[in-house]
Amino acid sequence: MAFYRAAPYQKPVAIALVLLLAALPFGLTAFGQEFYIGFATRVLIFALAASSLNLVLGFGGMFSLGHAAFFGIGAYAAAICQQAGINEALIAFPLAMAVAGLFALAVGAISLRTRGVYFIMITLAFAQMAYYLFVSARSWGGDDGLPLLGRMTLAGVSLADDTHFYFAAFSGLTVAMLFLGRLANARFGRVIQAIRENETRMEALGYPVFRYRLVCFALGGALAGLAGALLANLTGLASPNLLVWTQSGTLLVMVIIGGVGYLYGGAVGALILLCLEEVLVGFTPHWHIALGLILLGVVLFAPKGVAALFGKKHG
Amino acid sequence: MAEALLEVRNLSRRFAAVDALKAVNFSVEAGEVHALIGPNGAGKTTFIHHVSGALQPDSGSVHFAGADVTTLSMHQRVAAGMARSYQITNVFLGLSALDNVALAVQGRTDAGSSFRFWKPARAEQRLFDEARDFLDQVGLGSRGATLASNLAHGEQRALELAMALATKPRMLLLDEPMAGAGPEESARMVDLIEHLARHVTILLVEHDMAAVFRLADRISVLVNGQLICTGEPEAVRANPEVRRAYLGDHL
Repeated sequence: MAFYRAAPYQKPVAIALVLLLAALPFGLTAFGQEFYIGFATRVLIFALAASSLNLVLGFGGMFSLGHAAFFGIGAYAAAICQQAGINEALIAFPLAMAVAGLFALAVGAISLRTRGVYFIMITLAFAQMAYYLFVSARSWGGDDGLPLLGRMTLAGVSLADDTHFYFAAFSGLTVAMLFLGRLANARFGRVIQAIRENETRMEALGYPVFRYRLVCFALGGALAGLAGALLANLTGLASPNLLVWTQSGTLLVMVIIGGVGYLYGGAVGALILLCLEEVLVGFTPHWHIALGLILLGVVLFAPKGVAALFGKKHG
Repeated sequence: MAEALLEVRNLSRRFAAVDALKAVNFSVEAGEVHALIGPNGAGKTTFIHHVSGALQPDSGSVHFAGADVTTLSMHQRVAAGMARSYQITNVFLGLSALDNVALAVQGRTDAGSSFRFWKPARAEQRLFDEARDFLDQVGLGSRGATLASNLAHGEQRALELAMALATKPRMLLLDEPMAGAGPEESARMVDLIEHLARHVTILLVEHDMAAVFRLADRISVLVNGQLICTGEPEAVRANPEVRRAYLGDHL
């Protein structure tokens, strides 16, 4: 293991990517492909969700199988905010992050006392509990989920327009990635990466390991909550399906395909998985089979993920 | 007689049907090198785990620097001034020697909080300057940039020592620092420990009797979970019970 360190070309690539993504909706509009603005927004949102899991799994070394719970709770928090009359994203989104983060804090406070397969199971159990809670909550739509009456506003600007909303998601992802990139090289990032490698040694160096893990877990939950709030705005619905355990599995697959512990692992994985789905679904309803084969290929031929083929992790 | 820095009172621990430690009373005085020896399976490692906080006793207590630390976790005991090295080399192999030690410096309470999410740790000159000093102290001054995995075995042991030192301990708990070392490496390690002993109290667990008798001010002998004697090296060497436990070997 080594601490994460950006490859020398990462910064120019990131800047180019930001410019490209900023131009994307205008390009799509110019070619009459507005439909894909929604798709691109979806990719950005899942990139954020997968990156939040990558913080927990890739940097923190915590194999959570319940990450979708925080994603779904963020979506519900946004929908409930709107129901309560809060239609401003600058208030609703931080609230969604806080609620998801606090729930992650509670889940982590209990789950992080266990290790290995027990941790996987207990995070799964908490997520399923949250899922059944929303399924049975009549006032929040039960099985059907809680619809939004329309997209929120961001600093007073309506996000109803797809391009506007695209930029909201794009800003959210950009800020989150900037934060994660800084975090990885800051004191906190070095501590959690070292704990991932050898927690006993860190304990013996005087680090309160549990506390660092918990903060990392809660941060991941909060970021997932932001992604959830964005997704609810995109689709106009906070659905219990967002919390179901296969959703946690999807996020895991994204991180594994993209590259566990690589800054852009989650984003790359989300892009690949969603594009594959978009393309394959046109050929066959059994697109999961093709996906399975591709996942197998990644695990066999690029076990560190696609980002590992480009990025350099060793400092 | 100097004040006891570490005091273990009536410590007992049972694993299933085995009494691993039986009412052990033990103390380390400030400034001394105290060696703990005993045949394989005597309970030395179990004892060390209880001192460092990795395990909790069934009964008895551990006092350090005048405070009862029995219920404190490992990281709290480190913060109180107790650092340990491991029997099996336990460093971060994927990090440079300097990064390893900087991580130890960063963990100290007087080095500031590590809940910092934005500023790159690499920019904190102080962490690395201090880490370099500790590498110098163990003779690894020129190896800072080398990956720990590329260090020779003896160098890794020294690195581990530098990490323990970087926590600025009042007492160093060295669990078989000579383990797996060749004669030359051992000799260097003995010199190093002798040098460190001028500044810090040391509790040394070691099988290499030549090293023990050269370094220790006092020696305690643990046999079958019981402390059978404590005393100056010559007295311990002459003790008939100790000789019986070791069947005359080594001593």
